[in-house]
Amino acid sequence: MKSFSFVVLLFLFWLFLSGHLEPLLLGLGVASVALTVFLSWRMNIIDHESYPLHLSLKFPGYFLYLFREIVKANIDVARRVLRWRGASVSPQMIEIPLLQESDLGAVIYANSITLTPGTVTISLSKDSLTVHALSKEAASELATNAMSKEISNRVFNQ
Amino acid sequence: MIIDILSWILLTAGGALGIVGGIGIHSFHDFYSRLHAAGITDTLCAMLILSGLGLQAGWSIAAFKLALIFVFLFFTSPTASHALANAALHSGLKPRLSREDPAEQNHHD
Repeated sequence: MKSFSFVVLLFLFWLFLSGHLEPLLLGLGVASVALTVFLSWRMNIIDHESYPLHLSLKFPGYFLYLFREIVKANIDVARRVLRWRGASVSPQMIEIPLLQESDLGAVIYANSITLTPGTVTISLSKDSLTVHALSKEAASELATNAMSKEISNRVFNQ
Repeated sequence: MIIDILSWILLTAGGALGIVGGIGIHSFHDFYSRLHAAGITDTLCAMLILSGLGLQAGWSIAAFKLALIFVFLFFTSPTASHALANAALHSGLKPRLSREDPAEQNHHD
């Protein structure tokens, strides 16, 4: 099931990138898909982590949430850059607990933090994250663990 | 016509955010803060410009490729930012942090 969907996805990828339907190009596509699947099977890298198919239906809802956060954070950082109405920067370095159980969850969380401007994950250990934040507000919002809870709810249904 | 106007609004807003990000990179005082300014150009600026271009491209393979660029940016830009910040921390670059109490700041400096 997993390798079948992998083949289909790879071939669709090829089709949309090339946009040609000539037999020669389709044949080349089939050959590249076969080679890719063979190599990744030999390297044994198709598993729950590298190919999280079971989560793919849940990502759109999370992306919607993340997109809202990104827009809000962008406006905030842009205000601070332009010193709009006395907005200023006060860089903070904080450590927040890592409440995700799986490695995948930890990576999604750390990536989401870095993706929202104003906060960057600097280092990641087994049970905590070190985050550099541009402002006190951004730091205290992170400390509420709201984003971690959204990931648990929306992606892992916990 | 409406699509043209919409796409120009998106492109202009994206370009303006790119300039804001650039100003931020120059005006912030330490490496870690500059990363945040670069984050603007990585995220919303890129999104607006790509969706503006997508409107110009219409329903075509070009639009699909623009969407793919967007997806790849979404995964690679935080990875790159994290790698930079982590490397800076490990090579001993201390972030300039703001302190609550000015007296304590004098004490430390």
